Amino acid sequence: MGFSLEGVGLTHANGFRALRGIDLRIAPGERVALIGASGAGKTTLLRVLAASLRPGEGRVTLLDGEPWACAPAALRRLRARIGLVHQSPPIPPRQRVVTAVLAGRLGQWPLWKCLASLVLPVDPDGARAALARLDLAERLYERCDRLSGGQLQRVALARVLYQQPDLLLADEPVSAMDPALSELTISLLNEEATRRGVTLVASLHAVDLALRHFPRVVGVKEGAILFDLPAAQVSDALLRELYAAEGGLPLTGGLRAPEPAETAGELPPLRCA
Amino acid sequence: MRAGVSFGGLLAVVLVIAGVAGSFAYLDMPLGALFSGAAAGEIVDFVGRFFPPELAPDFLAKVGWAALETLAISLVSTVLAAVAGAVLALPAAGRHGVAGRVAARFVLNLLRSVPELVWATLMVLAAGLGPFAGTLALALHTTGVLGRLFAEALENTPPAPAEALAGTGAPSLAAFLYGTFPLVAAQWLAYALYRWEMNIRMAAILGFVGAGGLGALLYFSLSLFHEAEASTVILAMLAMAVAVDGVSAWLRRASV
Amino acid sequence: MSTAVRDPAALPRLGWTLAALVLLWPLLRLTDFHPVALFEAGNLTAMGNFLAGFLPPETSPDFLSLLGKATVETLAMATAGIALSILLAVPLGLVLTRSLSIARLGPGRRGWIGQSLRAVARALLAVLRGVPELVWALLFVRVFGLGAAAGVLALGITYGGMLGKVYGEILESTDARPARALLEAGSGRLAALCYGLLPNAASELVSYTVYRWECAVRASVVMGFVGAGGLGQLMDQSMKMLNGGEAASILVTFLVLVVAADGLSELLRRRLA
Repeated sequence: MGFSLEGVGLTHANGFRALRGIDLRIAPGERVALIGASGAGKTTLLRVLAASLRPGEGRVTLLDGEPWACAPAALRRLRARIGLVHQSPPIPPRQRVVTAVLAGRLGQWPLWKCLASLVLPVDPDGARAALARLDLAERLYERCDRLSGGQLQRVALARVLYQQPDLLLADEPVSAMDPALSELTISLLNEEATRRGVTLVASLHAVDLALRHFPRVVGVKEGAILFDLPAAQVSDALLRELYAAEGGLPLTGGLRAPEPAETAGELPPLRCA
Repeated sequence: MRAGVSFGGLLAVVLVIAGVAGSFAYLDMPLGALFSGAAAGEIVDFVGRFFPPELAPDFLAKVGWAALETLAISLVSTVLAAVAGAVLALPAAGRHGVAGRVAARFVLNLLRSVPELVWATLMVLAAGLGPFAGTLALALHTTGVLGRLFAEALENTPPAPAEALAGTGAPSLAAFLYGTFPLVAAQWLAYALYRWEMNIRMAAILGFVGAGGLGALLYFSLSLFHEAEASTVILAMLAMAVAVDGVSAWLRRASV
Repeated sequence: MSTAVRDPAALPRLGWTLAALVLLWPLLRLTDFHPVALFEAGNLTAMGNFLAGFLPPETSPDFLSLLGKATVETLAMATAGIALSILLAVPLGLVLTRSLSIARLGPGRRGWIGQSLRAVARALLAVLRGVPELVWALLFVRVFGLGAAAGVLALGITYGGMLGKVYGEILESTDARPARALLEAGSGRLAALCYGLLPNAASELVSYTVYRWECAVRASVVMGFVGAGGLGQLMDQSMKMLNGGEAASILVTFLVLVVAADGLSELLRRRLA
């Protein structure tokens, strides 16, 4: 039920090389944090894991299936078992919270149930239970445009909790939340993954959150994996290398001038602005 | 006004003036006769025959019935057109490949380019005289207009929500209804209401070609030189248009 | 979670659905809705014969010269109609523009004159555009006899009402400060219009007029149905005689004309934007 990437590379339509030679093998039930500077390729990597981007090279195996070798129906069934929390919640502003949460199971429901739920939510109790874990139960019947950015992000999380996927992916799930709430939310994701024994991969901007909550941390830089270590072995030197020279001098290869970056020696801020 | 008028601008002004002058000359409008004393007297006489409007109860009942029919034609045709327009807007916005886009745009342009009244004459042949022909005619033309407007709205909608749902294996219809439709619904409704306002006016004159509603009544009254009756019908048309504008504005506000 | 709140939207949705269903039935009855009629043998053969006559379209020189004349007449009618409507719309639109009101500047002594004048202009415009152009045409045909004159006048009146209203709105929504400054400096209304409002509003005014010309082309195409000349009259005759070949030629001309007017108007408006 885990996944593996072998030699995965991906070039976007605009010619930008987002991923190169990614080898990553994650066992079922593992919890992994992805860290790295903006634009390093974390989002692309997560979308490859979600079977929504097809890499140009390499082999992808997800939940013991090869998404790009399946028939369309099988791919749909596979995708229904993968939940991805997007960086900016892709929820229409005029939709009600209850509908947005229930949309998590559209891939599992028969079509008639999807349509019926638009008229009258078919499982409001399930949606409320998922929201309650994020302390938002009382907003069940409100419209999403009445929520703050952080609340909307929690609705998106509730959608994935409601989906109950076998592979739980999260792309900067706490970027719009304050530190205390971020802490709670990351704990909740980990607790959910542990309780249901599913795999969790989350990209995080706040390195301290990653180190404190995840047993395994993968550093991504310029589309490649820089390190893949247990959290305890991630050193300050590695982190400095991971975040250094962002858009800096036009250096190539391994040679790198010491970068007097403003965050050198310090961890990046807990919360992304 | 700005630093010198460009040559192109000057040319455009000359062309417009020439076009207008040429038009009047070609049509040979009896402008002099129009504003002469005799014509003025004739007009005053003609206008006078419209007053007072005919208010006999049985004629009023007839007008009321025809007004209801007009309202029904405008409503049913707008609803039909909104549904058909939505169905055609999906391929026209390029959701089913390039071939689908070209084909759907062609159909929409064809529907839109033929005026309602021409559709009505064709539909009277196809479905017989009566309001049903008028309903079909308005629905066909309006489908073309709404389909194009709906497709434009779709093209300007962020695809992320629907893509996210498709990413969790949602069927494409469900992904559209949960991810895209909520984003365009308000705009689509505003367009449909705007067309309803146009259609109530059109429905009122489709009767000229035998397609039901107030127009038939007006045509008969004028043909029989019953100007007082015609004036009642025109007042009813005005009232309907104003009423529909009001309801439509209220619905638009309520839907935001 | 014990306080299971009922969906607050459920009852209104049920009500609206019921109301729509209850309304639908009489509406369908009123419109005599019977799609089956389309497939009745009599109607099918009538339509089939007529459509079969479409091919080949009529291309005899006599008919083509008639068609050409009617096309030119249609275009001339639209152009002359718009010219007339501008004559009507400009004074009425100006009366509606409050930014040009001198009385509003100082302590309002005679403000009520301007206000009542505006109310009268607004009512007049509403009546002019409230009656469809074809009804005006039908009336004018009674006075001036069959021919394009009735169509021109009808277009002039209806579109005068529309243009007047929109001119007023455009002028109202342009920045009133330059005009106000001029009026305060003692200039006349006309000077305030030319130097204060027009520079900012001109392109929008012209653009809307061009759009209305495009609409006028469409409208004058059907004027002939009530005897007001142009292509419509030709179409009416061909339809009454069930001459499919002629109808096909006229329809193609319609399409070309409408599409060309569409394209020209879009081109002009893009140049102006």
